[in-house]
Amino acid sequence: MGLAKRIIPCLDVDNGRVVKGVKFVDIRDAGDPVEIARRYDREGADEITFLDITATHHNRDTIAHVVELVASEVFIPLTVGGGIRTLEDIRRMLNAGADKVAINSAAVFNPDFVREASERFGSQCIVVAIDAKKVGDSWEIFTHGGRKSTGINAIAWAEKMVSYGAGEILLTSMDRDGTREGFDLSLTRAISEAVSVPIIASGGVGCLDHLADGIIEGKADAVLAASIFHFAEYTIQQAKEHLATRGIEVRL
Amino acid sequence: MSSVAVIDYGMGNLHSIAKALQHAEPDEKVLVTSDADTILHADRVVFPGVGAIRDCMQALNESGLAGVIQDVAKTKPLLGICLGMQALLSDSEENGGTPCLNIIPGHVRRFSEPLQDADGKLLKIPHMGWNQVHQSQAHPLWESISQDSRFYFVHSYYAQPCDASGVAATSQYPKPFACALLQNNVFAVQFHPEKSHTAGLQLLKNFLHWDGHL
Repeated sequence: MGLAKRIIPCLDVDNGRVVKGVKFVDIRDAGDPVEIARRYDREGADEITFLDITATHHNRDTIAHVVELVASEVFIPLTVGGGIRTLEDIRRMLNAGADKVAINSAAVFNPDFVREASERFGSQCIVVAIDAKKVGDSWEIFTHGGRKSTGINAIAWAEKMVSYGAGEILLTSMDRDGTREGFDLSLTRAISEAVSVPIIASGGVGCLDHLADGIIEGKADAVLAASIFHFAEYTIQQAKEHLATRGIEVRL
Repeated sequence: MSSVAVIDYGMGNLHSIAKALQHAEPDEKVLVTSDADTILHADRVVFPGVGAIRDCMQALNESGLAGVIQDVAKTKPLLGICLGMQALLSDSEENGGTPCLNIIPGHVRRFSEPLQDADGKLLKIPHMGWNQVHQSQAHPLWESISQDSRFYFVHSYYAQPCDASGVAATSQYPKPFACALLQNNVFAVQFHPEKSHTAGLQLLKNFLHWDGHL
């Protein structure tokens, strides 16, 4: 009896529609975000994450509106990421009903932004999203949806972001994202063991065993997936029941 | 129609709690306010909070809301949530030691690092996610909520009240800690009922029907 591992469905939102890309490029339409969020809530999602994948100004209005609609009827934690660059962006998403924001590129360009954000709004609502890719024997941070290398070591970066006030790390393997081959377990485990805050594993889920592997072998505190839930291959409930059969504590 | 005031003292986002209260009881008049008169005239008061305790106490002291909460704690149903629960105790270890409102005698402690479970596995701090809430005693706020229901938590500090009979519920991380406290017309929870799905909404609904007695 204790803390449950979390399953977090992720909605990649582009221009008000949920889409899912393979390695961030090929995009398939998966439907209306409000309707999908409602379904996930009914199925027992532990949290829901919205990623604004284009993050233009116009789209920012759209996603704030989506969050507002969802937050008025779904009472579980909601996270919004994509294009969060200023304290004003954070304030706006929190006011729309988000509980946490995920900061990605803006943290790389200006690490102090994470410090300012956590001091202003509290660490509990600051998630730092890390997109990592294997380069030689280690992992490096990439920006721009995985297209741009920064040369920054992923483990050192995670440690730095936690010391700057990140309350949680959303870790995406750019090598695995959209491949359905499973999480990069050694990356997940390395980051989870390096920092004290919870880690959300992301990128590559193709079946329910991948979720369990991320928790058992990757030592993730939460697992995030998009396409396996969007296209109704599995329900959240099925995913949780599966984790339970592998001895993982879940909220059923 | 009854009214509930949600105290706004600049610490965190109050939209979630206001929306959840309204959803739990559509006829309720939900007021998000920093105005002392509005708070003192409401039928019930919710005292939420996220962030650091020093900033919280500073905001309460500078705005005069500390005194308002002291008054409310003597007169009508008060629900403290998360940092709003911790602020009700005597003091907190956070920020190098911070005096709090001393409405419920006791201390706020940090989960000690490294935190390990029985198998020696390291546990993360903050304690974040859905944990079971074990009701220690029957109370109107637990009405229609199953024993050991899961609620959503996010915190690194926990309450240690002086009077064990004031513990309304415990959770384990990995040792049991008080996650709900009660003292007469005051009820306080470490978890976030506004983010805890049906069990959380039920607790808020129960609070909106509570007369402040056992």
